[in-house]
Amino acid sequence: MLHMIEHVFVEQSLVAAFAVVGGLMLISNFLGKRLTAGRVHGSAIAIVLGLVLAYVAGLYTGGKKGVADLPVFAGIGLMGGAMLRDFAIVATAFEVDVVEARRAGLLGVLALALGTVIPFIVGALTAVAFGYTDAVSITTIGAGAVTYIVGPVTGAALGADSAVMALSIATGVTKAVMVMVGTPLVARLIGLDNPRSAMAFGGLMGTVSGVAGGLAATDPKLVPYGALTATFHTGIGCLVGPSLFYLTVRAIVG
Amino acid sequence: MTIFGVALLALCTLIGVFLGDLLGVALGVKANVGGVGLAMILLIAARSWLVARGKLGHGVKLGVEFWSTMYIPIVVAMAAQQNVVAAVRGGPIVLIAATVSLLLCFACVALLGRFGRRDEPTQSGQVRQGGAVIGGGDPAAPSSARPRPAEKV
Repeated sequence: MLHMIEHVFVEQSLVAAFAVVGGLMLISNFLGKRLTAGRVHGSAIAIVLGLVLAYVAGLYTGGKKGVADLPVFAGIGLMGGAMLRDFAIVATAFEVDVVEARRAGLLGVLALALGTVIPFIVGALTAVAFGYTDAVSITTIGAGAVTYIVGPVTGAALGADSAVMALSIATGVTKAVMVMVGTPLVARLIGLDNPRSAMAFGGLMGTVSGVAGGLAATDPKLVPYGALTATFHTGIGCLVGPSLFYLTVRAIVG
Repeated sequence: MTIFGVALLALCTLIGVFLGDLLGVALGVKANVGGVGLAMILLIAARSWLVARGKLGHGVKLGVEFWSTMYIPIVVAMAAQQNVVAAVRGGPIVLIAATVSLLLCFACVALLGRFGRRDEPTQSGQVRQGGAVIGGGDPAAPSSARPRPAEKV
């Protein structure tokens, strides 16, 4: 019996994912309304629940893809994978107020620049503080603090050690997870309640998954504005990481 | 027809991602540079064009808006497949680098958001409507029953 149910889940992976995520959202909305009296968004709870499940599954399977490493939940991997995620992000652009977006264009560019430079400097300084002295390792860990894609791309280009690469990726993933969970908590404090600041937020935080999750948990109307700038982040990071940043670090540490 | 909306969305995404790849090659980067952002701009342009010609039918709108209402569930599925174990096990160097850069960036959001901010006590109907669509049936989002405001593009 159990085996047959499992078979259905494996065979109908994407359909099963729709049902599972729908159930998760239902529970989260209920919890948000009943336990927190609507103060915490149901979607914020759902995202945190998703992360917790990913952690538990990761411990159980020893894999890197959270719940999606369990054959029964492979459909979650497709549903939340880069293809459908990007498809849905593009769809949100249909709701963009063009006037608002254009008005904040320059702000978005400024935010992108700051959002690449600041995390890199922090990451690089942390690496130095922990005893790394070679330019390649320092640059790779710094790039990881930008996003978890910029880290390994930079590391691969520079020929970094695999342990350093792992550290770099872990830094980026940690940052993405923290953005997802932390954004709704600090949203009011940092004035994240309008399209302008959402575009600044997207540019500064970078990590598309972090921004997508963080804004969804905070206020859905801000999603397209944040996504618009965030999607340029990884590309820019991959551009300056192995070139400008590496040369600068090498010039300093020798 | 609904499929026209979905196809329009797919076409914009494909062209955008392709342009992003081209931009990456042109810049000598092993990554897609802003492909999704370019796709978003294409979709915004397509929408303006359709509205201007009065050809934005119910089906087309439904096809695109369905996917924006699926956005949050997709993000939840994305969260469920993150490598959280690696993040938790990263140790102090990972934690410090991530936390400090995050705090500084949050501070910058506060700073930039205030910088050049105009008095805008009420946000445009378009922005609120967008939130209602993307939020889907979320009880915390404004009612999606509100009639769509006049198109302003």
